[in-house]
Formats: sequence, structure tokens, C-alpha cells
Amino acid sequence: MTDKEVVIEAKDLSGGYPTNTVWEKASFSIKKGEFVGVLGPNGAGKTTFFRMLLGLSKPIKGSLTIFGNIPSRGNPKIGYIPQRHPIDSETGIEALQIVRLGLDGNRWGIGLSKDNTDKAMAALKIVGAEELAHRPLGALSGGELQRIFLAEALVGEPELLLLDEPLANLDIKRESDFVELIHDVVRSRGVTVLLIAHNINPLLPVLDRVIYVASGRVTDGKPSEILTSESLSKLYGIPVEVLKDSHGRIAIIGTEEPVHEHE
Amino acid sequence: MNSIGFSWNILSDLAAMWQYDFMRHAFEAGTIVAIVAGVIGYFIVLRRSSFAAHAMAEIGFAGAAGAVLLGINPIVGLLVFTCGGSFAIASLGRKAADRDVQIGTVLAFMLGLGVLFISLYSGYATEAYSLLFGEILGISSTDVLVTLIAGAVLLVAVAVLYRPMLFASLDEDVAEAKGLSIFWIGVAFMLLVAITTSVSVQVVGVLLIFALMVTPAATAQLIAKRPMQGIAISVAIALLATWVGLFISFYLPYPVSFFITGITFLVYVTVRFIFNS
Repeated sequence: MTDKEVVIEAKDLSGGYPTNTVWEKASFSIKKGEFVGVLGPNGAGKTTFFRMLLGLSKPIKGSLTIFGNIPSRGNPKIGYIPQRHPIDSETGIEALQIVRLGLDGNRWGIGLSKDNTDKAMAALKIVGAEELAHRPLGALSGGELQRIFLAEALVGEPELLLLDEPLANLDIKRESDFVELIHDVVRSRGVTVLLIAHNINPLLPVLDRVIYVASGRVTDGKPSEILTSESLSKLYGIPVEVLKDSHGRIAIIGTEEPVHEHE
Repeated sequence: MNSIGFSWNILSDLAAMWQYDFMRHAFEAGTIVAIVAGVIGYFIVLRRSSFAAHAMAEIGFAGAAGAVLLGINPIVGLLVFTCGGSFAIASLGRKAADRDVQIGTVLAFMLGLGVLFISLYSGYATEAYSLLFGEILGISSTDVLVTLIAGAVLLVAVAVLYRPMLFASLDEDVAEAKGLSIFWIGVAFMLLVAITTSVSVQVVGVLLIFALMVTPAATAQLIAKRPMQGIAISVAIALLATWVGLFISFYLPYPVSFFITGITFLVYVTVRFIFNS
């Protein structure tokens, strides 16, 4: 792992809003091809971290580099699925169109090239959603929409995927299916993934690394190092207990909010 | 409305009505307005900004009434007020569609301001009436020229902004991450609505502008799978309503605006009914 190139490097980084620092003194590096879970309670500043990587907000202190550069908006190397994707249930527009916009939606003009439509179709194929290409967006289920959004994020052939709570609104079965899909797609392409999640369990089989944001601090490491009673108690500054069941699933007890929501 | 009777030969009917300048101008301006309203309307519905578009019309009313009071062409007042309104509505924030309370308060004030201007003008109530409900049969050849130029500018602008506007409307957060400025797209979009409103007012008036800008597009949104298809359907419905409305009103003593709004509404209800069942 150590000889792999560094994709994201944070040094003494503080994040938040100009008037309100949400977390501080974060130092970590993420290497190419890693599958990273970004965990922590609501409002801990996980999305803020994504916005910094996307160049949409600036670090308050410290430095952050992505592919060796300061983050800037419109980086074509990044594919992004934001939280809460609003889709009007009356939208008759077919799924293929939104995937295509992921490729050339930021260009001027009408753009009717067949080539880009083919690329959008290929991206849908990768996520196994070819048969949804001509279905209206408003008629798709939550799980189907997430696959469309994944295709939209992948269509530009990014090297880094930022997925903000893609598992929200999916049932347990679909959660694991979707995680498996992301895992297959990125492993075969060497894509680095940062995925914000509330429930760690569906991610456990695939995670290389965990970034845990809580109580204004950030800690990172292998899942086995971070997801322990000792390390989380230190992070939160209160006694926290990590319990494991016979299937290897974990529950985190004692944080202000149940991190483990399902089951 | 006139002495010429209706025959079942539509072409000779049209030839007969086009002998009158006011009918020719009405058809010319109506056609241009239907096209641009149908195109811009598609984006209004996609962005769910129909209330903002409605407010734009009311803001335009105050501007037009002010222009009448000052004795200048109402279209000048319309353009000045609606373009100002564009920045105001766009600066309300990313989700203009969610700001209906703020937009509503401005809308009510603007309507009040318009009423004040009209009463200060102490002229004819017909001025107010035509601003509110349209006066397509009173369009001059200069008006047609102005409409044509505005329409051409609008269509070129839409062609240039097409993909960013679609992207920002359908998927704002990803569009922003891809480097698009959501704020400036919002401003550009509202400016397009402003100009469309200004030229559409002469056909259907501020209160009925919905019928041309929103109803055909809302119908198209239910049917179309691709944006281009949606725009085409939206324009087709707006054109149909305008032409048929003008045609009928030539023979019947009722306002054109009623026929236009009635036809678009009927098409919308029919399509909704078919798609729901």
C-alpha cells in the first residue's frame, strides 16, 4: 500500500464555515484505489469535507491537496453523488438524459453528439441499469435512482468518487447490493472511493480505511483500528462501546445518536 | 366581431382574416410569442419556478403601468422592471422555487404599485385591462418587429445556455460540483423569463401568461422523455392554442385570451387524464 500514489492529503486541516469551525487538526492521506468510509454523527462536518474536496468551500486552516493540487471546482477527475437528490415525481425525462449531463452538462450549446449518448449508455451498462435508460426518472425507485446517479458520476471516467450517503433510503438488501456494485466498479478501475454513511455494517466487507468525524475531531485508520471502544471513546471524549455480533456486524453504543440505525 | 362569415374552407378563411392588418400582426406576434413562451416554459416547469415566473409577470405589470403613466411604450417599463426583478428573485437563493413567501410578498406589492400607477394615469381603464388580459388585436407592425428581435435573441440565448440550464435544473448539486455557477445560471434563466414575459404580455396579458408559459410546458413534461422532445411539444401546444384562439375569436365576440387559456387548459387536463389512467 505504501508505494501507491497519494490521492488526498490533509495536513492540520480545519473545516467548517468562516464563522464556525466544525472540526480541526485533521491530518491523513488517502491512497489510490482505497475504499474509504467517512463516518460520524449528523452535523459532524462530513459533507463539509466533501465540499472542500470539490473546491466549493475553502479550508479554514491547514492544507488539503487532491491529486497533488489545491482543490478546484469542476475537477473532471471527481465523480460525485450528493446527498438528497430531489427528483420531481412528475419528471418524464428518461434516465439516460441525466447520465449524459454528467458528461457534458457543463458545456455550452445544445450538444447532440451521438457519441456522448453512447458513453452515457455504456455507463448505465456498468451499473447494470441499461434497461432503465429510457424509463422516466420520476418513476424510478430509490435503489434504481442511486444506480442512475452512480452512472452519472462514472460517465466522465473519474479517478475519485465522492458519495454522500448513497445508502440512505435503501433497505438492507439493497444497501449491500449497492455497496457490492460500487466495490466491483471501482476495484476493476482503480478508482478511489470516499463514501459517507450512517450505518457501517454494509460497508465492512469492502472498507480499506475509515475516516471518523465526531466532536470536532477527525481520526482515521483501518476499520479494525478505528472501530474499537478505545479509539471511539477517545474521539468522542466520552465512554463509547463497540459491540460485535456473531456475524461480525457491529453496533456503536454511547454516542449522542445511534450510528447503527437498521436491523 | 366582423361581417365576414365562417366557411369550412380554412385557407380561404385565413386569407380573409389576413386582409386585416390587425389580424396579420396578431398572427405574427402570436406565433413568435408562442414559440418563445413554449421554449422558456419548458425550463420554468423543469426548474419548478412557475411561481417565480408568475411573479415576474406581476412585476412587469407595475413596470408597464409606470411606463403608461410616463407616456412611454409599456414594453420599456416591462423590460426594466422584469429584468430588475430577475436579479431580485435570483438573489433570493439557490432554490427560488422554495421562496414562495418572499416572492409572494413582492408580487402583491408590485400589483399594488401597478394599480396606483394606473389610477394616477387617470386615463382609460382599457390600458389596465389590456395589460392584465392582453390586447393581441391591437398589435402594431413595430410591436411585431420588437417581438421578432426579442424572440430571436431569446432562442439564441437558450441554444447557448441549453446544457448548463438543463443540468442546473435537473441536478443542481452535481452541476455545481462540475464547475457551473448556479447563481449566474439562475440570473440568466430569470432574465430569459423576464424578456419572454415582456413580449408575451401583449398577447395574453400578465394575469394569463401562465396559459402560454406554463400550461403547455407542464403538459409536455408529462409526455416527453427527452428535453428536445419536451420543448417541441410545449411549443406545438402553445402554437396550436394561439392560432386556434385567434381563428375562433375572429368570428366570435369573446376575448382571444379566453380561447388561448381555454385550449391550453383543455389539452393539459386531457393529457393528465390519459397519463393517470
